[in-house]
Amino acid sequence: MDHVKAGVIVFPGSNCDHDVYNVFRHILNADTKFLWHKETDIGDRNIIILPGGFSYGDYLRCGAIAKFSPLMNEVIKFANNGGVVIGICNGFQVLCETGLLPGALLRNENLKFVCKTVTLKVENNKSIFTGEYRIKEEIEIPIAHGEGKYYCDEETFISITGNNQIIFRYKDNPNGSLDDIAGIQNVKRNVLGLMPHPERASDEAIGNTDGYRFFKSVAESLL
Amino acid sequence: MFTSKINIRIRDTILDPQGKAVEHSLKSLGFDSVVDTRIGKYIELKIDAATEEEAKKITDDTCRKLLANPVMEDYEFSITKDGEGK
Repeated sequence: MDHVKAGVIVFPGSNCDHDVYNVFRHILNADTKFLWHKETDIGDRNIIILPGGFSYGDYLRCGAIAKFSPLMNEVIKFANNGGVVIGICNGFQVLCETGLLPGALLRNENLKFVCKTVTLKVENNKSIFTGEYRIKEEIEIPIAHGEGKYYCDEETFISITGNNQIIFRYKDNPNGSLDDIAGIQNVKRNVLGLMPHPERASDEAIGNTDGYRFFKSVAESLL
Repeated sequence: MFTSKINIRIRDTILDPQGKAVEHSLKSLGFDSVVDTRIGKYIELKIDAATEEEAKKITDDTCRKLLANPVMEDYEFSITKDGEGK
């Protein structure tokens, strides 16, 4: 997929950056680059991924400090101009902190770091991120987070529901997320954040490729 | 020089699971009179400002831009001029 020019942002403390790189570079065969957070230009990239991890040690709040990285200014401009941005786990937290996505991610209700494979329901397959799935399809994707409880106020909830911004829901809510929300997109439909890790379920060698179609969907949308 | 003492808490309308866990523990120790527990963050800033008004404005800016997330947190702060109030 030569038309895909992926940029994987690396913050100090990112730890899923190589997994995402592997999917884009070696499974989708896309032109893929790491982008260090101190850089000031995203160059010719046409999709940006904020990977999971613990940027800046999750100090203050998850994602709060990462949002002021020099490269994030460019990512915000890129997104506001319609560029495709995906935030996975910590990346989702960063996108909420920057305001590119509504709401916030709070401490899991049971106070535990939950690391297991969960069942997600694809709530909207009209998004550029889910075209390869069937509506209401159930897929198995791993989660690994301590602060993944999605929260927003009532007004925001009404608006994201009305705009079909909820893309994935948990079948069995593992963290207390509002309305079982696992992943949402923005109003303009070019930015998506999700707590589960599709990049950990994309390689046949691992035995689960339910996440592969997520990346394939978005790669094909760039054509 | 001024000192800002900032308290940041999860909003009252949002469940604070940490607070709940601590509250259960307090109850098991016999503190039956404790009816609610909320856990927050305390941040102290030293600010080189000309007036208290300016220090207040700077503190408010730091809270809005970074220290607190208005989606889920409330903050309050007090300011003292260093060397006073001893």
